[in-house]
Amino acid sequence: MQAFLDIFDIYLLEAVVNGILLGGVLALLALGLNLIFGVIDVTWICYAELVMIGMYGMYYMVQVFGLPYWVAAPFAILLVAALGAALHYIVIAPLLTAPPINQLLATGGVLFILQSFATVAFGIDFRNLGIRLPVLAIGEMHFSYSRLLAFAAALIGMLAIYFFMKRTYTGTAIRAVAQDRQIMSLMGVDTKRIYLITSALGGALAGLAACLLVLQYDVHPFVGLSFGPITFLICVLGGLGNFVGGFIAAFVFAQIISLGGLFSDLEWGYVLAFAFFIVMMFIRPAGLFARRS
Amino acid sequence: MNSRHIAWAVGLAALVALPFVYREPYHLHILVLILIWSFAYTAWSIMGRFGLVSLGHGGFMGVGAYVTALLWNHLGVSPWIGIPISMVAAGVLALVVAYPCFRFRITGHYFVLVTLALSGIVLQVITATRDYTGGSLGYTPNRAPSGKGLLALQFDDKTTWYLIALGVWVLGLLVWRWVDRSMSRYAMEAISEDEDAAAAAGVNVTAEKLKITLISALMTALAGALYCQYQMFISPDTVSGIAVSLQMVFAVIVGGLYVSLGPTVGAIITIMLAEVLRIRFGTGAVGWDNLVYGVLLVVFIIFLPKGILGSVMERFKTQPKKV
Repeated sequence: MQAFLDIFDIYLLEAVVNGILLGGVLALLALGLNLIFGVIDVTWICYAELVMIGMYGMYYMVQVFGLPYWVAAPFAILLVAALGAALHYIVIAPLLTAPPINQLLATGGVLFILQSFATVAFGIDFRNLGIRLPVLAIGEMHFSYSRLLAFAAALIGMLAIYFFMKRTYTGTAIRAVAQDRQIMSLMGVDTKRIYLITSALGGALAGLAACLLVLQYDVHPFVGLSFGPITFLICVLGGLGNFVGGFIAAFVFAQIISLGGLFSDLEWGYVLAFAFFIVMMFIRPAGLFARRS
Repeated sequence: MNSRHIAWAVGLAALVALPFVYREPYHLHILVLILIWSFAYTAWSIMGRFGLVSLGHGGFMGVGAYVTALLWNHLGVSPWIGIPISMVAAGVLALVVAYPCFRFRITGHYFVLVTLALSGIVLQVITATRDYTGGSLGYTPNRAPSGKGLLALQFDDKTTWYLIALGVWVLGLLVWRWVDRSMSRYAMEAISEDEDAAAAAGVNVTAEKLKITLISALMTALAGALYCQYQMFISPDTVSGIAVSLQMVFAVIVGGLYVSLGPTVGAIITIMLAEVLRIRFGTGAVGWDNLVYGVLLVVFIIFLPKGILGSVMERFKTQPKKV
């Protein structure tokens, strides 16, 4: 019995820690999506595809042009930030007054565009950076450095956003716009500019996530589908636009996927996570941490 | 109105007569695909036109296709019984997810994302149960022994399939028309404008929404089962998941969400586009069709939200006289 528990615990602990590490990156993605939703009131269905483009950007800079990882990463973040701003300027801005469903579907169109652009331009082969980080062994548990790095960088990225939002004038304006759109434009805040900055920020977060994910996963045109849906579910579960809720929901989801994957295949982890989401929607329709009105 | 009925009758007669006059198998194949997908898109638009934008229809289609094929392969149940069972399964799935959604007033973005989770679940379950479903490699219904084709709903000649698909397509249009002329339509339009006001006016919001959702899910499952029987090959990517759901949305938006033939026009445009690109550029066209879809979808939503057919029909409609 004791021997059984020992073995069990080690795998369980490893799965829990890996779940926490996964949660960091998911929380980063959720933060970007929540930022866009909270401020502009638009859901970017194509958010994970921006990450995919960022991953290709990293691949080309590191593998083809031979830049070191640390030099390439800021460029990738800038690239995706520019993409986010362009997405807002070209697609969302003309639709700001359209029904929300139309905005959502338009970004669905962008999802198609980005996916097939990647298929056409890069082909459907799986590609990776060819950087293999060592594995950290604690006792009998193994954690890859790429996951630890991703977790740390995701936390730093989220902290940076937090301080930007709290300490700078632009950040304050963004938070104010999220609270009341109409009034802020009357107060002399240029909402168009704020929207563009927010979209670029959301893109930058996607870019950061791309830099971290490309260390762990191979990139291919449909890689977005493997973590895109889960990001939306996290945001909804935490309450769309609710940063803290999204942060916590990311870790809850990551644990379900990681532990579900421990007891069975990874797919069942996802099935569990999806089912958990649907059940939670019925218990708390406005998200885990909605204030009761 | 009478001339309109005649036009419909003549058009339908011409469509029925077509395979007896024109037998080019490839063109008939394309027509069958267009008819089956038109039916699926019509099913989606029955819900979508009332603001119930579902990304879960890929899930219903997957259930329809996989349940029918699994029953045939593993239990030897004929698709004649398997298809109704698969439709019931999809209907139950729809009710289980939709009832709490509507009961707790999950609308707009939230509804879209809950249904997105639904199609995600179906896709992952199909992939995870790969011992039975073949996973992402796809699944083929067993060939029926010769002479048992009718029992297994497997036909080699395109004409039979064309007529079946045509019949189902007409059925879909009739259901669309029936909903369009029923009290449900007014109830649903009131609901999509303002749920509370509709409820105050005596509309049973939850029951009306459930009715529409159920009809739509049953039709979508039937489309999935027919697609499976016709193609004799299904894979999670072609009949379930988010991509299929988005494809439905796209075709309906391009064709026109608020007119009965809109989804059909959408299916014609999308399938012809994919085929033309495929023939013209061969394997080099991989991805190009979706690229064009995506650009068109964005352009349509920004400039022509009523779709091609919807906008054309609006042009021809007599403008109401201004007083």
